[in-house]
Amino acid sequence: MPLLPNLISLTIFTPLVGAALLMLVKADQQKRIRQVALGTALVTFLFSYLIFLGFRPADGFQFVEQAAWIPGYGISYHVGVDGISLLLVMLTTFLVPIAILSSYEAISGARLKGFMMVMLLLETGIVGVFMALDLFLFYIFWEAMLIPMYLLIGIWGGEGRLYASIKFVLYTMLGSLLMLVAIIALYNEGHAQLGHYTTSYIELLGLSLSPATQTWMFLAFGLSFAIKVPLFPFHTWLPDAHVEAPTAGSVILAGVLLKMGGYGFLRFCLPLFPLATRQFAPLLVTMAVIGIIYGAMLALVQTDMKKLVAYSSVSHLGYVVLGIFALTLTSVTGGLLQMVNHGLATGGLFLLVGMLYERTHTREISDYGGIAQLLPRFSTVFIIVVLASVGLPGLNSFVGEFLIIIGSYPTQPVGAIIAALGVVLSAVYLLWLVHRVFYGPPSEKLKRIAEEAGEMPRDLTRREWAVMLPILALIIWIGVYPKPMLERIEPAVQSVVTQYYSAINTHLASVESGGMKPNGETGQ
Amino acid sequence: MSELLYLIVLFPLIGFLVNGLLGRWLTERQSGLVASLTVAGSFLISAWLLLGLLTLPEQTRRLTQTLFTWIPVGELQVHVTYVLDPLSAVMVLVITGVGLLIHIYSIGYMRGDPGVRRYFAYLNLFMFMMLNLVLSDNLVVLFLGWEGVGLCSYLLIGFWFSDESKARAGMKAFIVNRIGDAAFIIAMIMLFDRFGTLSMGDIAWLAPGVSGDTQLLTTITMLLFIGAVGKSAQVPLYVWLPDAMAGPTPVSALIHAATMVTAGVYLIARNAALFSLAPVTMATIAIVGVITALFAATIAVTQNDIKKVLAYSTISQLGYMFMALGTGAFGAAVFHLMTHAFFKALLFLGAGSVIHGMGDEQDMRKMGNLRHSMPITFGVMLVGVLAISGIPGLSGFFSKDEILWAAFEHGGGVNLIYLAGLLTAGLTAFYMSRMLFLTFFGQSRWADGKQPHEAPSVMTVPLIILAFLAIAGGYLGVPEALGGHNLLHHFLSPVLSATAAGGHMANEAVEMLLMLISVGVAGSGIYLAFRIYIDKPETAVTLQEKFPLLHRLSANKFYVDELYRAIIIRPFEMVSELFWKGLDVKIIDAAVNGAGRALSNIGGAVRMIQTGRLQHYASMLLLGVAFILIMIMAS
Repeated sequence: MPLLPNLISLTIFTPLVGAALLMLVKADQQKRIRQVALGTALVTFLFSYLIFLGFRPADGFQFVEQAAWIPGYGISYHVGVDGISLLLVMLTTFLVPIAILSSYEAISGARLKGFMMVMLLLETGIVGVFMALDLFLFYIFWEAMLIPMYLLIGIWGGEGRLYASIKFVLYTMLGSLLMLVAIIALYNEGHAQLGHYTTSYIELLGLSLSPATQTWMFLAFGLSFAIKVPLFPFHTWLPDAHVEAPTAGSVILAGVLLKMGGYGFLRFCLPLFPLATRQFAPLLVTMAVIGIIYGAMLALVQTDMKKLVAYSSVSHLGYVVLGIFALTLTSVTGGLLQMVNHGLATGGLFLLVGMLYERTHTREISDYGGIAQLLPRFSTVFIIVVLASVGLPGLNSFVGEFLIIIGSYPTQPVGAIIAALGVVLSAVYLLWLVHRVFYGPPSEKLKRIAEEAGEMPRDLTRREWAVMLPILALIIWIGVYPKPMLERIEPAVQSVVTQYYSAINTHLASVESGGMKPNGETGQ
Repeated sequence: MSELLYLIVLFPLIGFLVNGLLGRWLTERQSGLVASLTVAGSFLISAWLLLGLLTLPEQTRRLTQTLFTWIPVGELQVHVTYVLDPLSAVMVLVITGVGLLIHIYSIGYMRGDPGVRRYFAYLNLFMFMMLNLVLSDNLVVLFLGWEGVGLCSYLLIGFWFSDESKARAGMKAFIVNRIGDAAFIIAMIMLFDRFGTLSMGDIAWLAPGVSGDTQLLTTITMLLFIGAVGKSAQVPLYVWLPDAMAGPTPVSALIHAATMVTAGVYLIARNAALFSLAPVTMATIAIVGVITALFAATIAVTQNDIKKVLAYSTISQLGYMFMALGTGAFGAAVFHLMTHAFFKALLFLGAGSVIHGMGDEQDMRKMGNLRHSMPITFGVMLVGVLAISGIPGLSGFFSKDEILWAAFEHGGGVNLIYLAGLLTAGLTAFYMSRMLFLTFFGQSRWADGKQPHEAPSVMTVPLIILAFLAIAGGYLGVPEALGGHNLLHHFLSPVLSATAAGGHMANEAVEMLLMLISVGVAGSGIYLAFRIYIDKPETAVTLQEKFPLLHRLSANKFYVDELYRAIIIRPFEMVSELFWKGLDVKIIDAAVNGAGRALSNIGGAVRMIQTGRLQHYASMLLLGVAFILIMIMAS
């Protein structure tokens, strides 16, 4: 039995309450604002951790809460967690306090209070997206979470924030609108088949949709998710958004927001539209594999550190989509784990780039050199995170990438092989980055910066250690002993994959028997 | 007894953690002591377990221990299982034994370096990874070790990272190795697809069942071989190893001569059952091996940097091992791996002693006549040179001869592989003697201020022990033709299978004749070097002038690095640049921007976004929600 009732609602709404509490704090009480924000995020993490502990490695939704909301329209407040959402929720509640702590110095003054409120609102939105079991509720959270993200980029962003935030809006609005249309159509279809209106995910799963309907609905949902992932060629909003977003924004953006795309595919497209999934899987796998190579190539030639990391995300998320649409137990499990891994490694990289930026106020790679000599501890941490991102065995990303590649081979051999070749490229662009930034003698630019400041940039502070240590610990834990994660993921993935194949088989069988009939008739 | 296996791996890990995390509270001496003691612990336990192994009947010599399940999903169950059988026992003893000597030597060599704790931490981490590589039953855990030693190699080559070129050499090593690693990964996924397991023990057992599927077996073994080509620096992926000499010299001895670079040889020997079923791959291995052996030897002939000579020599000797593997003489390959570990570690450490004594000078043109000021170093280097040249009585003679014999036997008489191997043996004797003569004989050519001196005993004692091993190691494999018992072969045969281990059953008279020929060739090589570099030093210059093109090609390493840069690296960068500035910015982004502009012209709604005001965003959300509600009610 769970220790507390309504753990899911507590996890979703604690940040919202925290944001409300912040309204009561005066804008100039900076310390108090930070304490409340961090405290809220930590309490939220605690609630989600209780869910993690209480979660039984079994199929189906757990900790489910359901209450009538707008009964006349079949809309209810229905939330729960399964193996697919559990780790993504954990990732969110894990990264938000870290992001908040990381912005203690970067964000201050009059802008602090709003910033912290936005962060907490964002958390409620994201956690809600992952745990909503009602399509209406899901859509509300989905849209609600976009707004704080616009604000993070548009208000607390860098110089080109206007362009970046507009681009972000354009891309995501386009996706959201189409998804909305599809949700409404699904709602009507539900009424036609079930005899009553409902937005319940579980009830709508029982619908049988014609192949044509599946196709367009898959596209309407899928575009939104493809943009979010982002899948090549829908990725160009990402580098701009990252470059302009403040560090905490980048961490949340790369760490969790992108995962909503992969989550969406897995939660909605696969189970609701299996026939369309089968139809589009080759296309999506192709785009994913192109993304793996293309993202890596573009990362290689970037001159701005943040852009490099952003393009590396395009490459890494390509693995995730490949895993999902290779549609085997191993590949999908790997894809899910890889979303968590990417959140940790890339989130970590954005944090570290942010720390470097706070010291030198430049992100141009060519301005750097010799950081390893100046900041040895910082460099060690950075290199460990880079190695995680490179997919070194013993660190987290290897487990995910390996599962994806080995799991994809039976159904997508070419994709799996190209993905395996991608590991060469990730080493190239990341070690090349490390080389230019950390090795060699300190650059002229850095010397000038040190001279102007009158001192050498300091190594990791205690606060920065507190930011990075939890990430390092998880990177090593998942790399060495991923079993606790995998055993929680596996049953849910198993059931998604099994149901997918049984839907396909049922369809094929019906086509076959349906195809026989006219023949038999003409034979008479 | 097998429950002690994990300790072999655990000790260096402890050393790594102590030096890595608590290093700043340790003195330099304590740091080196911790590192060496942990390796000594591993060595003692390995030796103890080997003794236990020997008491078992031949066919049951296999200790296993499963620690935990690393990656469990569905059918894929990657267990961390360690196996000590004759093959891994030989590897573990070489690694921990030579490793221990190199750790001790490092205490002297790295004295006074501010990064000494980091150095020992990396070295211990390397041992941990290398031991995982050779002890693991599962390919994925082997791959963990495989990548882990690559990481340590990267970190240690670039140990003095403030020197940009040294750091670059480390990066090059890692990236070139990754090409092989990608092939390794693909081999693993194909193996799993076919066999449903990645346990090498299981695969060896299942392999005969798929012997009909030659194409699959060829593909898989080829891919594994490509992995080995990267790690063991064979043509065409050898380019990283010469640059790897940027690392501290004990690192070159340990990682880039004795242990890590032999991982490819180990990988193939370990999967002998699989490779034996793929004749095309075996032939390819033999050809690549012999090309590498000969090619690298021709470069070694003209190098002036003492470590570069040894680096190309290592590539060449590894080629020898692959030649043996390719001809099915797995046992001979492992034998040579072992003797090479002894004499090449010795030569590298000896070179380190010279470099140390000369105040960080590596150019042999600035040495000469050092035998008086460094008598111990000279003595042990002499042993090393004689051993690698294949002089009878020293270890290299036995192992090299066995490989040549295998090549001869495999080809059913005199054949190209045998001849190329023989030529390489001659070249090896030549360039090694050249190195010895240029360094220790002739005129002293160092600057006036320099005072070459012998290394402290913490360095010379390991050298002497290695010199002993470079002599004695060969007696584990004295062929029957010379009245020996070929102990190592018999020991290894249960793992490598009796035929594959290469028994010496054929004509002993022919074998004796071949030995005489190879001794003659080695002797000629030494004599030629003597004539050119001691007797008439001016001939070296004359030769250079007579064959300017050949000399230039060899001295510039046949311009392979430049070639790779021009045909692979630059084009790849250019295409990437084109994708970025052309496709991403000019096409995709332009389309998005165009669409954005079109939208904002259509209605004023989007323009509101551009005002960047908070309430607009909020109202947009409300509008969206209202829109859904209206749609739902309407339907």
